[in-house]
Amino acid sequence: MTFTPGTFWFEAWAAREALLVGLGVTLASAMLSIVMATVCGIAVGVALSYGWWWLSGLARLYVDVMRGIPLLVLILFTYYGLALFGINVPAFWAGVVALGAFATAHVAENFRGAVQSVPAGQMEAAKAIGLTFRQRLAYVILPQAFRRILPPWVNTALEIVKGTTLLSIIGVIELLLAAQQQMARNYMIVDFYLLTLALYLVINFTLAQLGGVLERRFSYLRY
Amino acid sequence: MIDYHFDWSVITRNWDKFTDALLLGLGLAVVSLAIGSVIGLLAAYARLSPRKWLSYLVWAYVEFIRCTPLLLLIFFLYFGLPEFDITVLDKSQSFVLSLSLYAGAYMCEVFRSGLASIPKQYVEAAKAIGLRPLQRQLYVVLPVMFRITLPAVSNNLISLFKDTSLAAAIAVPELTFTARQINANTFRVMEVWLTASGLYLVTAYVIATLLRLVERRYAAIR
Repeated sequence: MTFTPGTFWFEAWAAREALLVGLGVTLASAMLSIVMATVCGIAVGVALSYGWWWLSGLARLYVDVMRGIPLLVLILFTYYGLALFGINVPAFWAGVVALGAFATAHVAENFRGAVQSVPAGQMEAAKAIGLTFRQRLAYVILPQAFRRILPPWVNTALEIVKGTTLLSIIGVIELLLAAQQQMARNYMIVDFYLLTLALYLVINFTLAQLGGVLERRFSYLRY
Repeated sequence: MIDYHFDWSVITRNWDKFTDALLLGLGLAVVSLAIGSVIGLLAAYARLSPRKWLSYLVWAYVEFIRCTPLLLLIFFLYFGLPEFDITVLDKSQSFVLSLSLYAGAYMCEVFRSGLASIPKQYVEAAKAIGLRPLQRQLYVVLPVMFRITLPAVSNNLISLFKDTSLAAAIAVPELTFTARQINANTFRVMEVWLTASGLYLVTAYVIATLLRLVERRYAAIR
């Protein structure tokens, strides 16, 4: 293994800072989107499952629209559209908002599924002992739904990490774009794509395994 | 609220471009689904084969694809293959190759679970009436499997159709690329993106409805 200019290892070492910054941006945008999607997704999910008819209808419309539009279109729409409203956000935040809004729909739908899989008797029993709606949700339904929602939640997180690559199209220098900028400098296209691929594989394979572990951990659940 | 005046004439003037782009996207999705199904079916059989190495190879392929961002795969094949002196593919073909490989992994999972869910008695009955192994698969296992997996296949078609938007990144003139171009030329941001989103939404909805009709026609054995 030679360590002279023009070899892969040399170039990869020279590019380490740019790539690590890119990796940081990827992870940061993914985490922010996931946090946003979890908070908003549970809210939309509650609206979807327990809202008044107009509220659950609105939530249903939101979820269906989000699931029918490609993520890339959503990102571009948000990026170009926010500027129109005089909100001059950097591309990074436009991307995070779009990713978060997209994942919100998925979390909400998973949440609805999880809540519905809790048998109706649980809710009735909670009502019978006189718990208020919030108590029923907090002490009876959510603890049970939580186990159901965890494996698909990890899957959504994985989709988000994959989705952050789309931010490169609106000019956020995340891992993919950072690597492409290095390729533009050293023309080591195959090597650097493989390096990037390896980094993504490490992150996503870990997440996928985590999802598998959680799924097995909670597979005893049979309602 | 801001002072934005809608001017839908941009859309009517460019309507042909929009529809052409939409059809191109649909075509890319259907071709990729077809190739992906062939890959997926072969991979599913390989995954279930008693040869351990073959099974692990397919497992690795599926996990690899599931953990790879599609955009990265598209760029890698589009910019990487010419480095190996493979220059026969134009950008649409290169995209179809990426999307087919991507679809293949997902279809493999679908078909694998489909094959696994076929009752053992079906195969035994087919053996009993004297069908050869190939005939057993062709006349007994596959027709049943296709009916079982139809809902999952139609879901995949819709998500592949949405994934064709990534072809914009390598300048395949499908809907997202066209919308972006018209947006850049006219700066009618709202009109262009609302139209593009609407077209995707309506098409996805139409595909879902049509396939639900097909599913009803060929309802799986319950």
